[in-house]
Amino acid sequence: MSTQQPVLQLQNLTRVHGAGATEVHALRGIDLAVYPGELVAVMGPSGSGKSTLLTIAGGLDTPSSGRVIVEDTDITTASVKELAALRRRSIGYVFQDYNLIPALTAAENVALPRELDGTSARKARVEAVAALEEMGLGHLADRFPDEMSGGQQQRVAIARALVGDRRLVLADEPTGALDSETGESVLALLRTRCDAGAAGVLVTHEPRFAAWADRVVFLRDGAIVDQTVRSEADSLLSGQVAEA
Amino acid sequence: MSIRHGLLALLERGPRYGSQLRTEFESRTGSTWPLNVGQVYTTLNRLERDGMVAQGGEDDAGHTLYAITDSGRTELRTWFEKPVDRTSPARDELAIKLAMAVGAPGVDIRAVIQSQRRHTVKAMQDYTRLKAQALLAVEGGGARERDDVAWLLVLEQLIFQTEAEARWLDHCESRLIRLSATAATGAPASAPAAPAAPAAPAAPAPPAAAPNGPTAPSTSIAPGTSIP
Ligand SMILES: Nc1ncnc2c1ncn2[C@@H]1O[C@H](COP(=O)(O)OP(=O)(O)OP(=O)(O)O)[C@@H](O)[C@H]1O
Ligand SMILES: [Mg+2]
Repeated sequence: MSTQQPVLQLQNLTRVHGAGATEVHALRGIDLAVYPGELVAVMGPSGSGKSTLLTIAGGLDTPSSGRVIVEDTDITTASVKELAALRRRSIGYVFQDYNLIPALTAAENVALPRELDGTSARKARVEAVAALEEMGLGHLADRFPDEMSGGQQQRVAIARALVGDRRLVLADEPTGALDSETGESVLALLRTRCDAGAAGVLVTHEPRFAAWADRVVFLRDGAIVDQTVRSEADSLLSGQVAEA
Repeated sequence: MSIRHGLLALLERGPRYGSQLRTEFESRTGSTWPLNVGQVYTTLNRLERDGMVAQGGEDDAGHTLYAITDSGRTELRTWFEKPVDRTSPARDELAIKLAMAVGAPGVDIRAVIQSQRRHTVKAMQDYTRLKAQALLAVEGGGARERDDVAWLLVLEQLIFQTEAEARWLDHCESRLIRLSATAATGAPASAPAAPAAPAAPAAPAPPAAAPNGPTAPSTSIAPGTSIP
């Protein structure tokens, strides 16, 4: 298993916004590899660089230096066309603000990336409805974003990120507008996808959601300062003392 | 945690013998608070002395059976009705540690906080993994469903408790940063507004192994935690 190739590799990544006096070092030398089957949570205070890391990993922003490799493609040197194909086919992205297209229904929003990728409209619709059902939203397939609650829109955005066979799922605060129970079911679903072989990166403020990850990475001022890995199941709860 | 009332609750469902009580207690709480048979018998003896249980013959295999008495039932009813006392909080080692770390010479309180945060979040990851298994068991239904639900509730309590701790640690850290920024406002604007970033206790190494079994960076803290 250790010979497996990471789905995502970030190598010595930096990102500087602005220049001169207003220069902001959003990322300072990030190294991170995410393997198939692995869910990594990124935690850190506001402004520590979490969204910057995720948008660069998803090819939506370019680093000031360093490399981003998704499967076999270095997306910092890929052509625009290659990058677009990779984003449609391999990368699912949930934005901090859901980013649905207002003129399209829930099902059309979810089906769009598949259709752009050449899947027939009929098949894309079937897949989209199935993905919406997984999110408990089958009955809202034909509603427009402004006819749904924030939490419902968020779940549509998650369905869009998970539809099809995405190898890499990147989610920025996907539980933001959700209540505790719904947030939990979103995490359980993300976990299932990763258990089935996808690689996932989840940005969250909520330790309870981060705890679904295999690894939690702590970001501070644009650098990874610490991380934690969960135990194997059999060693759990050992070493606990009985309380009389 | 009241073993006494736990045993009474189990006995209300019918007479049982000692090791049977221990097994049932543990399957309800998922061995989170392991009991030994000695503790069970000591507690049964005290309950018997207080008139809340009585020995009631033997089963076919010759085990001595215990049964709940009316006064035991009354005690149990009162226990369910009365809230658990939170007005005299148990001593919390972490709260004491942080209180002592404030201004302690040679102690980097942010490093103390981060090392605890790592440990606490890791405990949450472990509980969450157990929870995912418990959820599957509950959804699968079956004969042990009542025990599975009870275990799930206990696990979720552990998760919420560790979550509260993780949030409190975040809060402590931002409060300390804000306070040191305030303290620095008298100084020139170029004075550092926050204490130095905590030294990373463990250099974040790339995972040595891949999925499902990442073995990488083991922390210096032993796995498993004691219940706070
Ligand atoms: N387009 C931009 N121009 C200038 N600075 C930016 C830009 N985008 C982000 N930054 C800065 O980069 C830093 C990291 O921002 P980022 O959005 O990655 O933080 P974050 O960890 O996602 O925070 P939050 O938890 O609030 O979402 C911040 O200091 C932010 O102000
Ligand atoms: Mg952000």
